[in-house]
Amino acid sequence: MTELSLQNNVKKKTSGINLRRKPRWGEVIIQALLFFSGFFSIFVTIGIVYELGKEALLFFQMPEVSILESLTTTKWQPHTGNFAIWPLVTSTLLTTVLAMLIAIPLGMSVAVYLSEYANPRVRNILKPILEVLAGIPTIVYGYFALTFMTPLLRDILGKDVVQIYNTASAGLVMGILILPLISSITEDALSAVPRSLREAAYGIGATKLEVALQVVVPAALSGIAAAIIVGISRAIGETMIVAVAAGAGPNFTLNPFVGAETITGHIVRISGGDLSYDSVDYNSIFALGLLLFIVTLTLNIISQAIVRRFREVYE
Amino acid sequence: MKEKAVVQGFADNLDVRSRRGVLWHMFFQASTVVGIVTLIALMLNIMNGAFGYVAYEAKVDPDTLAVDGTPVKNQSKEQLVALLRSTLSSGAFNKLEKDKPFEARSQQEVYQLVIDRIIQPQIVEVWSLWSSLTQRDEIRATIAKDHPGAELDFVSWLNPNFVKRPQTSEPLTAGVRTAILGSLWTILFTILLAFPIGVGAAIYLEEYASDNWLNRVIQTNINNLAGVPSIIYGILGLAIFVRTLEPLTSGAIFGLVDPTTANGRTVLSGGLTLGLLVLPIIIINAQEAIRAVPRSLRNASLAVGATKWQTVWSHVLPTALPGILTGTILAISRAIGETAPLVVVGASTAISFDPSSPFSKFTTLPMQIYQWTSRPQDEFRSLAAAAILVLLVLLLSLNAFAILLRNRFSRRM
Amino acid sequence: MTTTNNSDSQYVMETHNLDIYYGSFKAVTNVNMKVERNKVTAIIGPSGCGKSTLLRAFNRMNELYAGTSIKGQVMFYGEDIYARDVDPVEVRYRIGMVFQKPNPFPKSIYENIAWTARIHGYKGKMDELVEGALRQAALWDEVKDKLHQSGLSLSGGQQQRLCIARAISIKPEVILMDEPASALDPIATLKIEELMQELKKDYTIVIVTHNMQQAARASDYTAMMMLSVEGERSGTVIEFDVTNRIFTNPRDRRTEDYVTGRFG
Repeated sequence: MTELSLQNNVKKKTSGINLRRKPRWGEVIIQALLFFSGFFSIFVTIGIVYELGKEALLFFQMPEVSILESLTTTKWQPHTGNFAIWPLVTSTLLTTVLAMLIAIPLGMSVAVYLSEYANPRVRNILKPILEVLAGIPTIVYGYFALTFMTPLLRDILGKDVVQIYNTASAGLVMGILILPLISSITEDALSAVPRSLREAAYGIGATKLEVALQVVVPAALSGIAAAIIVGISRAIGETMIVAVAAGAGPNFTLNPFVGAETITGHIVRISGGDLSYDSVDYNSIFALGLLLFIVTLTLNIISQAIVRRFREVYE
Repeated sequence: MKEKAVVQGFADNLDVRSRRGVLWHMFFQASTVVGIVTLIALMLNIMNGAFGYVAYEAKVDPDTLAVDGTPVKNQSKEQLVALLRSTLSSGAFNKLEKDKPFEARSQQEVYQLVIDRIIQPQIVEVWSLWSSLTQRDEIRATIAKDHPGAELDFVSWLNPNFVKRPQTSEPLTAGVRTAILGSLWTILFTILLAFPIGVGAAIYLEEYASDNWLNRVIQTNINNLAGVPSIIYGILGLAIFVRTLEPLTSGAIFGLVDPTTANGRTVLSGGLTLGLLVLPIIIINAQEAIRAVPRSLRNASLAVGATKWQTVWSHVLPTALPGILTGTILAISRAIGETAPLVVVGASTAISFDPSSPFSKFTTLPMQIYQWTSRPQDEFRSLAAAAILVLLVLLLSLNAFAILLRNRFSRRM
Repeated sequence: MTTTNNSDSQYVMETHNLDIYYGSFKAVTNVNMKVERNKVTAIIGPSGCGKSTLLRAFNRMNELYAGTSIKGQVMFYGEDIYARDVDPVEVRYRIGMVFQKPNPFPKSIYENIAWTARIHGYKGKMDELVEGALRQAALWDEVKDKLHQSGLSLSGGQQQRLCIARAISIKPEVILMDEPASALDPIATLKIEELMQELKKDYTIVIVTHNMQQAARASDYTAMMMLSVEGERSGTVIEFDVTNRIFTNPRDRRTEDYVTGRFG
């Protein structure tokens, strides 16, 4: 009985059991710190919007710059006072389109293959490879574009057609970079389609192809749309591949085989050089950055809205 | 002959459909092959650039510097110092002594000086690995014809010295030590910023936040920040860390740096910028890890009269820790490979001294690769290829470590 | 700061007109029951009638589910545990709980108990406390040689007794048990039932069980719960009495139907 009496000494039963709240200051402080950590991210966004907006405003207020001219002319040459954004925008769109031409069909195709056809052994090889592709730093892809893709294109299409710096190499390699992204989001969407839907289709004698393309893919459409939009957003914001392989110097052209500079490439080039605060160059970075931020943010929000609004209800 | 019974009104089209299925199947398979092929092409391309023949002409033939049959590279430090003293002007020699006394320099370092100042090799041409292996004789012939005085050596641009040597402007002797140290210093500050705040935010969102509009905004905001292009973070870092907080990030407040050369483009600014970049990644991964902790564990702790924080600290966090660590390592991987934001923030061109404090100017491995790739000469491409190999090895080890961690802990659970 | 309670009273806990809501859905209606000290009180009834919900209200564990609220009072020695200035952490300190699925901490057997005691400020001899709790939970002999192995390495029945040891190590007034043996095999179940008879000498026990025979065997008092009105899915206690009476001569027709197995 000694153990029991020892235990009774642990806590004397008194008639004054106090249930009142104790001030637990440690808890309060910790909770405040945690809340601050959570709220910190809001500061980041505010910082982005404020800084980009402030300097961009300065940019448009500068005497050499006029919004009208920015939107209606096509030369960007700060030294001569031309600040049209179109060369940069068209080059960005050009690389994006090229990248999507590769990433969307191949990415979706890989996703369909992984989701509907592949056996576990193939999946165990393929998925890590895709993860590796996604994890390679973009500067390495840039190097690859310059030293492999460009010579390849020049061999195939001729050295006078394809210049050393061109948007095609950058765009194609960017497509490979984005392929795993589109593939993984699409695959998630396809996997979310319940088994029962597939079984229903097989049950009426559909072929694997028909089940995949005419039952599963349409059923996952919102997720696929989201994947594509995210991919586009990624391509627009991509910097190093175009900085290395696409060229230095804005060029208003739709020819993918000549050099041109994208919005991101331009920002990197300008900031890599001698930069004095409050010069036209410095402020132009922020104006372009603001444009980039608004575009990519809008795309991301649209993608989330699509998933939310059109999320298929399967049961 | 078997007759197929065809139902009235329906076509006998199974053959066509099967064939179509086979074709598409081949297309799907082919598309997966594209990914694999590209990866292989990428690796081969890099290997191709990192090794190969180099033809260079030396201002002074190293063979003429041999003493008693000992080639100059094997000579003792004293012999090399004597050589320098006799060859260089007294002014140049004394300056070297002032920068760093010969006493303090290693034999390797003095030999480096001999190469830089006396031998002065100039690269004539560089060949890729493939060409070196397949066209050895033609290369020899071409060199003998066009550059008779040149030395032809097989250079492995990636060699142990490459990792140990600092950045120099001379391709044959350049190394990535400066860049690697810069990367490590930067990552240090990235983690110092992003880990506590990231994990704290994740704990807040998963354990403390009630479902009201503010917390939903915070969550949405984090998801959005994860999708912002990395260069935007660079611009943000430029505006805030480099410019606005210059007194802090340049070290001027602390009086540690020479005011004439101090600016905000320091390791600290770079690290903090990347910290903002990876913060959403850490938060989202940590949230997932915390969410995976079963409710029953929390119930058990609360039911014995533990407070919320006691429950989180003693039970939830230890259980979620492997997942949180894996997420952090992934974030580090991402940060190490980032170039654009650091170019915007750092913008340093030739940094050849190792970073020694948070307020040093810096370069990182990806930045170095970018700079070398941007130069037109072939030899810099080779350097870039070698540096890429170093970077990839670094990332591979990091990711392998993360996978190991994940497997080890999931087995224990 | 006065403490107005009388912990010498016969009834440790009482509920007065207790309603429990999930959002706007009333899950439990108008429960008035008393829990007598050092006795085992069982709550029985068909599944889905709110037994666990009622039990969770006794130590404010229901608050872990978003949107729950109560009307009425739950008294502990004369104090309403839902009063504005009452700390739920204190409540759970005094009123412990054992769950349906055993949930020992992923720590060693020793640490499961030691950590619990430590957070409540225990500064005495920990080894003795741990041994005492394990002995009282009838687990000591089985684990005394492996105190530093993980609690999760034990069998289901042992894990549940570990959870009981953990709960009693801090000497609560009441132990709430939510179907503690339903995940266990018959032998382990029997052990738990024997344990309850021992434990009630020092503690007051309230147990929810869907196993009628268990309630008949092991409890002193029984509360019979059932959905109150057809169509309105709200549970209430339709009869509360000495266990013997409930099972041999129940007053309510529905109770009789349930205990004789006519439905449920």
